[in-house]
Amino acid sequence: MFSGTEIVDLLVELGVTHVVMLPDSTLGLWESALQECNAMELVRVCREGEAWAVAGGLYLGGACPIVMIQCTGMFESGDALRNIIHDYRLPIFAVIGFRSYLNQDTIPGDTCLTFTEPVLQSWRIDYRLIERPDQFPDIAEHFHNCQQKQIAGAVLLAEGKA
Amino acid sequence: MSLVESLQVLHERRRDEIIVTVMGTAREWMGIGSHPLDFVYVPSSMGQATSLGLGLALARPDKRVIVCNGDGSMLMNLGSLVSISAAAPQNLTILLFDNGVYEVTGAQSTPGSKLGRNNSGAVDYADLARACGFGHVHQFATLESWRIGLPEMLTANGPIFGHVKVAPIPGAVGPKSPGPAADRAKAFMSQLNSD
Ligand SMILES: Cc1ncc(C[n+]2csc(CCOP(=O)(O)OP(=O)(O)O)c2C)c(N)n1
Repeated sequence: MFSGTEIVDLLVELGVTHVVMLPDSTLGLWESALQECNAMELVRVCREGEAWAVAGGLYLGGACPIVMIQCTGMFESGDALRNIIHDYRLPIFAVIGFRSYLNQDTIPGDTCLTFTEPVLQSWRIDYRLIERPDQFPDIAEHFHNCQQKQIAGAVLLAEGKA
Repeated sequence: MSLVESLQVLHERRRDEIIVTVMGTAREWMGIGSHPLDFVYVPSSMGQATSLGLGLALARPDKRVIVCNGDGSMLMNLGSLVSISAAAPQNLTILLFDNGVYEVTGAQSTPGSKLGRNNSGAVDYADLARACGFGHVHQFATLESWRIGLPEMLTANGPIFGHVKVAPIPGAVGPKSPGPAADRAKAFMSQLNSD
């Protein structure tokens, strides 16, 4: 839906310093743009639980990180996100890819469709679903809202492929 | 060597480093003293102390960050060793205090310890760290070697991995959180960012 350059320009404009990432096939398309950007650092992790703690450490150290993962990674990382955004109340923002939302060709009946939003709601993460390209400005708006309220938040980005 | 003795040595050598403690190391470290740049990671998300340390080290390259981890916690997030060596912060030291057990839950053997495995010896955490890409790896089995080796662990270019073999403490309990986590995070942040 969005190009790597669009996303990188946006994140730089928002003041993001580090992108803590584990890709999927949609987010992964942004990797080279993220890597080439001098204004932000790309931090690669091996599982998504790490991403919340790395972002937490970055935030404590005065940086402005975001977490960039697929919804499957959010399922995987429940305890870490609970600890970072609820125990320590660190206002970490995440870009979460919503697998199969636009297209179930690869995984018909993908259960990510059943569980992603209820899980985000259970974890009390204030999120906006981005389903269409014209919602691009909503990302910045939601990021600013969360920053202003000093709360964790996410944009849930509709994806077509697994 | 005992965990308390090994932490005492760290306490004596400590200057203005950030020190992250968790599980048994947090319990004993709090008993030794406190410092504004201590991050007592209690409550933790088990395994995530190394990742939190990575974030701190990347945000503050001017500060040495030392993570005092347990072996059970290390096993829960082995991939973080790879993430750390990939990011390669020069200011990060991971100290693994290996007592072979999940001490705070009643000293059950970890699957990495000799007693927790069916047909092989204990996992070699130093080899593991090397294989994950750590260039500086040191092992300490005695208090004397730890005393001699520690200064380099605090100053050499990292990321550094130190395997510190300690004895389990019979009957030891979990660390008590030293106060509301969110308030402590705020206080730590303002201290760190005014440093
Ligand atoms: C995800 C998760 N699984 C299990 C537990 C229960 N638990 C709490 S402490 C602990 C053991 C920690 O062991 P280690 O890191 O070796 O530290 P030690 O107790 O030996 O100091 C376990 C299994 C937990 N807190 N979180």
